[in-house]
Amino acid sequence: MAHSTDLDLVNVIKRFGSHAAVNDVSFSVAPGEFFSILGPSGCGKTTLMRMIAGFEHPTSGDIRIRGQSMIGVPANKRPVNMVFQSLALFPMMSVGENVAYGLTCRGVSRAEAEERANRMLERVGLKDFGERRVTALSGGQRQRVAIARCLVLEPTLVLLDEPLGALDLKLREHMKIELKQLQSTFNTTFAYITHDQSEALVMSDRIAVMNQGRFEQVGSPRELYHNPATPFVASFVGETNKWQGEASAASNGSVSVRLPSGTVLQGQGKEANKTSLAFVRPEAIALAQDASALGALANRFEGRVSAVLFDGANSSLLIDTVGFEQPVRAVLPQAGPLAGIEVGAPVHLGWTADAMKVFAA
Amino acid sequence: MMTKSAQRLTLFLLLAPAILWLGLLIVLPHVEILVLSFSERVAPRVYAFGFGNYLEFFTEPLYWRTFARTAGMSILVTALTLVLAFPIALYIARVAQGRLKAMLLLLCLLPFWVSELVRTLGWMMILRETGVLSYVLQATGLTAERVEFLYNDGAVILGLVYGGLLFMIVPLANALESLEPAVVEAGFDLGGSRWTVLRRIVIPHAMPGIVAGSIIVFMLTVGNFATPVLLGGKNGLWFTEQIYAQFITRFNWPQGAAFGMLLLLLSSAIVWLGLRLTGQSLGTTLKQA
Repeated sequence: MAHSTDLDLVNVIKRFGSHAAVNDVSFSVAPGEFFSILGPSGCGKTTLMRMIAGFEHPTSGDIRIRGQSMIGVPANKRPVNMVFQSLALFPMMSVGENVAYGLTCRGVSRAEAEERANRMLERVGLKDFGERRVTALSGGQRQRVAIARCLVLEPTLVLLDEPLGALDLKLREHMKIELKQLQSTFNTTFAYITHDQSEALVMSDRIAVMNQGRFEQVGSPRELYHNPATPFVASFVGETNKWQGEASAASNGSVSVRLPSGTVLQGQGKEANKTSLAFVRPEAIALAQDASALGALANRFEGRVSAVLFDGANSSLLIDTVGFEQPVRAVLPQAGPLAGIEVGAPVHLGWTADAMKVFAA
Repeated sequence: MMTKSAQRLTLFLLLAPAILWLGLLIVLPHVEILVLSFSERVAPRVYAFGFGNYLEFFTEPLYWRTFARTAGMSILVTALTLVLAFPIALYIARVAQGRLKAMLLLLCLLPFWVSELVRTLGWMMILRETGVLSYVLQATGLTAERVEFLYNDGAVILGLVYGGLLFMIVPLANALESLEPAVVEAGFDLGGSRWTVLRRIVIPHAMPGIVAGSIIVFMLTVGNFATPVLLGGKNGLWFTEQIYAQFITRFNWPQGAAFGMLLLLLSSAIVWLGLRLTGQSLGTTLKQA
């Protein structure tokens, strides 16, 4: 029977004593979706995932998989499999036995389980690895075994608990792409938790940003990045400049924010007449050698480069700007007359009112 | 060159106590006993080299049967100790936290602050005809007569299991503690029942601890003297009693020495066989213990 959603959480609350680790969380995941829960450590995302897997029980609320309530269903009876942060491969078994384990638990005969395990290993690019010890594998190979061990059971939902955390940077970048490809070839629903915003942005169809036990915003990576709903999302997802000031005179969604130095900025926001936070992405800041090039922008300033943070395509500039206490962060132009800009060089900078999001502090 | 010889001297000095200990207290007496075991008594106070003392063991049924009985019961004691110790070790290693854990280990250790003799005498007070157990049974009206629980194989096994528990619990708890909780959770998550997880994940992981504990308990049990003598009485028939009898009662030291060597060799052979049958190597086991 087809169901329009694979996973539904309805008003789930989990308390440890008086502390609510997960506080009234509701969301749905559609079949085949790559859904991420992004949040800082201690935000409750691991507790949430353990409740879906069946290792913790919600204080109240309901968890449904394809419409079936999972309350009271033990972990080994749920159509959900988990890739653990430490991967938790069985060191006492070979690679093939690790993958066949779940099948033999279901009563599949030893020969058939081995056959299906080998086919699965082939699909994840580990053909002929069945006899190896899991301790003899590299980080990326162990990762694939952990995923193959889940996928071979054809679960409704695969949970992934920061599985890339232990890998080095290069491999992590590679595994991000590989995980996404695996998910689309198998067309299995993935629920992925991470504190790394780049992992979530690259892989997910939808992301829920979690903070202090609550969901701040659920949306596509682009939505979260370009239209954050809360100041937490604005500062947690992606790089950003943040200033505090007094907002005033909202008309038609536009707000002006007066910084403590007296500088006035033009932005977008709903709140007015109170202490507010203004956010601008570094890539939204336009740079120019003379002021006339920025004439159309609502916010125009001049400053002096105080640092060049070179990091390839992610390079940025810190610019000491008149009227700002902290240097403004902007993306280092990769081409054009400003590409070779050095520390101490004067520069003009500006951004549109649309690029600045203003929230009540 | 200077530093190298100085290093050697340091190493020698550091190892000296251990070498002296091993040499003087273990190797030397065993060599002495080995030599002694090959001297046959040909006439009063006249001894000659020969294998007679060893032949005596195989030709006199009392001796090899006593050994077979000792070995068989020791294996039974080891198995019972393992079965009893496993849940306790599992609880100490996986469930108990912090102070409770230390407390439980201390509780296991506590009886060992008293000498083995006193502990065994304690069991005698409980089990004998006029003892606590018999009294309770009579007082509650379950039996009309006094009941003797001492001087049978059951009492011997009880005493030996009691004495061996700690030596099984500690290596087991050690082995179980190193099992990552996520591995057990993964076992359940992939559909394993409690029994499957125990059989395929927990027990294989604890195997070095199981082997280490079993070797220690088996060796201690086979070589035990006081417990079978006190709790088994005349029915104890433990092989160590035969050695004692040769040395002390019959003044036949060469025969006693031969029995001593046989006990060492045969029990080592049983341990080796046990390791082969379970597919474990002594190396990994020693690392665990």
